[in-house]
Amino acid sequence: MSSETKQILTTDGIPLEVSLKKAEKKNKIKAFLLVAPLLLFLVITYIFPIGDMFMRSVDDRMVTNMLPKTFKAMEKWENLDELPPEEVYRGFYEDYKLLAENQQHGKLGQRLNKEKNGFNTITKKLFRQIKRKKIDESASLKEQINKLHKRWRDVEYWQAIKRTAPPYTASKYLKGMDMYFAADGSIAQVDEDRRIHRILWLRTLEIAFFVTLFCFFMGYPIAHLLATLPMKYSNLLMICVLLPFWTSLLVRTASWMILLQQQGIVNDFFVMIGLVADDNRPEMMYNKVGTYVAMTQILLPFMVLPLYSVMKTISPSLMRAGKSLGGTPFVAFWKVYFPLTIPGIGAGCLLVFILAIGYYITPALVGGASGTLISNQIAFHMKTTLDWSFASAMGLMLLTGVLVIYWIYNKLVGVDNIKLG
Amino acid sequence: MSKNPEFVKFDKVDKSYDGKVLVVKDLQLDIAEGEFITMLGPSGSGKTTCLMMLAGFETPTHGEILLDGNIISNIPPHKRGIGMVFQNYALFPHMTVYENLAFPLRVRKVEKDEIDKKVDKALSMVSLNGFETRMPAQLSGGQQQRVAVARALVFDPAVVLMDEPLGALDKNLRESMQYEIKHIHESIGVTVVYVTHDQSEALTMSNRIAVFNDGKVQQLSDPAELYEKPVNSFVAEFIGENNTFNGEVVDIAKDKCKVKLADSEILANPISVKSKGEKTTVSLRPERALINPGDKMDNMFTGKIEEVIYHGDHTRVRLNLLGSSEFILKVPNSTSNLELKVSQDINIGWNSVDARALDPK
Repeated sequence: MSSETKQILTTDGIPLEVSLKKAEKKNKIKAFLLVAPLLLFLVITYIFPIGDMFMRSVDDRMVTNMLPKTFKAMEKWENLDELPPEEVYRGFYEDYKLLAENQQHGKLGQRLNKEKNGFNTITKKLFRQIKRKKIDESASLKEQINKLHKRWRDVEYWQAIKRTAPPYTASKYLKGMDMYFAADGSIAQVDEDRRIHRILWLRTLEIAFFVTLFCFFMGYPIAHLLATLPMKYSNLLMICVLLPFWTSLLVRTASWMILLQQQGIVNDFFVMIGLVADDNRPEMMYNKVGTYVAMTQILLPFMVLPLYSVMKTISPSLMRAGKSLGGTPFVAFWKVYFPLTIPGIGAGCLLVFILAIGYYITPALVGGASGTLISNQIAFHMKTTLDWSFASAMGLMLLTGVLVIYWIYNKLVGVDNIKLG
Repeated sequence: MSKNPEFVKFDKVDKSYDGKVLVVKDLQLDIAEGEFITMLGPSGSGKTTCLMMLAGFETPTHGEILLDGNIISNIPPHKRGIGMVFQNYALFPHMTVYENLAFPLRVRKVEKDEIDKKVDKALSMVSLNGFETRMPAQLSGGQQQRVAVARALVFDPAVVLMDEPLGALDKNLRESMQYEIKHIHESIGVTVVYVTHDQSEALTMSNRIAVFNDGKVQQLSDPAELYEKPVNSFVAEFIGENNTFNGEVVDIAKDKCKVKLADSEILANPISVKSKGEKTTVSLRPERALINPGDKMDNMFTGKIEEVIYHGDHTRVRLNLLGSSEFILKVPNSTSNLELKVSQDINIGWNSVDARALDPK
C-alpha cells in the first residue's frame, strides 16, 4: 500500500504527474485550438441565438419603459377592484403626454389593445384631447379622463395596464398552449373554438409519429436488402436511396405536387385503370395525405442509413446459426436478427421523429389547411404577424419538446445504444 | 444397435453457383453413423459448399443428399436437425451463454426443467459450468469456441457439422481444442463432419479424411493411409512434406518401375502408372530417405548439402540431388548426430516401395 501512495519521481527528480502534465500540455493546447473555430461557430450560431430567442419570448419591457410614472404610482393602488387613485391617473397622463410628444403613443395603444380589446380607441381619444389642449392639468385628472370614455371608468382596463408592468412575462408560452392570464392573474383557457395551437401541437406529434412509423416499415426491408445484396447491386440501390439527398428539397416537394394534385399523374393513372371515376378524383394534396407521402419519402434516407450501418455489422452466419439450431426463418429473424438491429432502429426513429417534428417546407407546400404543422405557425408569426416574441416562445417550446423526447428515449433505450454509422 | 454405414450419403451431387463452373463435381460420399469425417482441401476446393449443402443453406444443382436413408434436399435447414459450429462461432451476441444454449431447445418447445438439465450437461461437457450468465463478448476465443460446440450438441443432433471451427485460435489452444473435440466425439458417438484446410488438424482428429480439390474427392481414407499411401500427386503434395521427381517410365514390372529423370534413373513403386513411356511424378517422404544407409537399399545416390536448418527436435537438410536442389531430408536430433556441413557430399538411400510413382504434375 505504502509503495503505491508514494510519489513517483522521474530520473530528474520531478514528480511523474507534473512531468506528465507538462508533456501533455502542448497537445492539449493544440487540440483546443483545433476545435476552437467550431466552438466559436457553435456559440455564435447556436447558443447565442437560442439565448436571444429566449429573451425575446419573455421580454415585456416595452410598456414598462413607456409608463414608468404610472407603474410607480400603481404601487399605492391597494384595492384592485376599484378604480385607481388620482396619482395613477396623473402618472399615466404624464407618461402618455411624453409619449405623444415623441410620437410613441401609437405603439402603446397597439400593445395595450393586445392585452385588452378597445384600448386603441380610448388612447387615441385621450391623444386628441391632449393635442387640443383640452385637459386642465391643475384639476382632477381622474374625473377628466373618466369623462372621455366609459371604458376609462371600467376597472378592467386599469387592471390590464397593471398586468403589463413586470418586465418579463410567460404569457407567450401560455398563448402557445391556448391559455392566457385572466384579469385576476390566474391562468385560463381560451374559448374552445379558438384553441388552434393545441390542435397544431397534437397534429405535429401525430404526423411525426406516423411518418416515423412509415419510414421504419419501408426503410427496414430496404436497409436489409442493402446490407445483404452483393456489392455491385447494393451500390446501385444505395445511390437510389441517396438520390433524394442530392436533390433540392424544394424540387422534390414540387415534384410531389405534380404527382399528387387532382389533375396529377397519380390521379390520371387511377382514372386510366378505372380505380376512380374521372369526376371523382380523390384529393391527395393540401391535406394530411400529401404531408405523409412527401415527408416519408424525404425522411426515408435518415431511417435507412443508420439501419444499414448496423445491419452491415451483423454476420450472416448468425441467421444461419439460428436456422440450423432449429428456428424457423421467422424465429431466427425475430429472436436473433431483429434484437441486434435495435440500436439502428433507435437511431433512425429518433432522427426521423426529431426532423419530422420541426418540418416546415413540405407541409407548407403540400399540407394545405389540415396538413400544416407547428413550424408553419411559427413561420406565420415570424413573417406575417411579426409577433417574434410569440414565434420565439413556440420555437423554444418545440426545442424543449425535442429534448424531452430525447430524454425519454435515453431512459428507455439508452443513448449509448444509438448507432448512427 | 448396428451402425448405418450410409448414414449420410452424397449421391452424384453437382453444385454450380453461376451455371458455368462446377464447384462440386459428381460427389459420391458415404459417411457412417458415429464417424468423424474430415473434408480437407485448399480454399475454393468445394469442401465448405458440401457442408453448406448438407446443412441446407445451399441446394445441390444435381443429385441427392440422404440422411439416414431419407432425401433431404427439399427439407429447410431448421427441420434437418443438424447441429453446426460456424467458422466464427456465430454465438448470439445479445444472449447469455445459457440463452445461447437454450435457444435450440426453446424453439423445440422443451420443458424449462429439461432445458436446465440439458444446458448444464452440455456446459459440463465442455467444462464451462458457471459461465451461464456471461455474455459471449466476455469470453475468450477458446471459451466462445466451446460454447459454440456445446450449443451445436445440446439438442442431441444426429450429425454435427463443423466449419473450420478452430481457425481463429492460436496454435496451442487449437491443439488442445482438437483433443477436446475428439474426446467429446468419442464419448457421445455423434456423427461429425468437419471441414478444415489444416492437414495436421485433419490427421489428428478424423476417422477418415476426404481430400478435396477442384470440386472432387481426390482420396478418401483413414489418416495413416492418406499419409503413407497417397493415390495421386495432389494428395502427396497436400498432405505432409514431399520430395518429388518428374520423369518418364522406361521399364515397368508388377511392383517396381524404372523412372528416367533428366540425367539419371531411379526405381519406384508404380501406383498410377501402367505402361512404359508414361510421364510420372515420383513422391518420397523426407523421413524415408536415410543418410549413409546401413543395409542395402535399391536407390542409392550422392548429394551435396546446400542448407542446414535447425528445427529443435529435428534438422532439415536441403540437398542438391539428381539435378534438383530442392531435395529435403529430415534428420532427428540425437546425441549420435552427424556433423552436417554445407557443401559437404553425403550418401542418401531409400527403398523403391516408398518412392511412389504417381500421375504427372
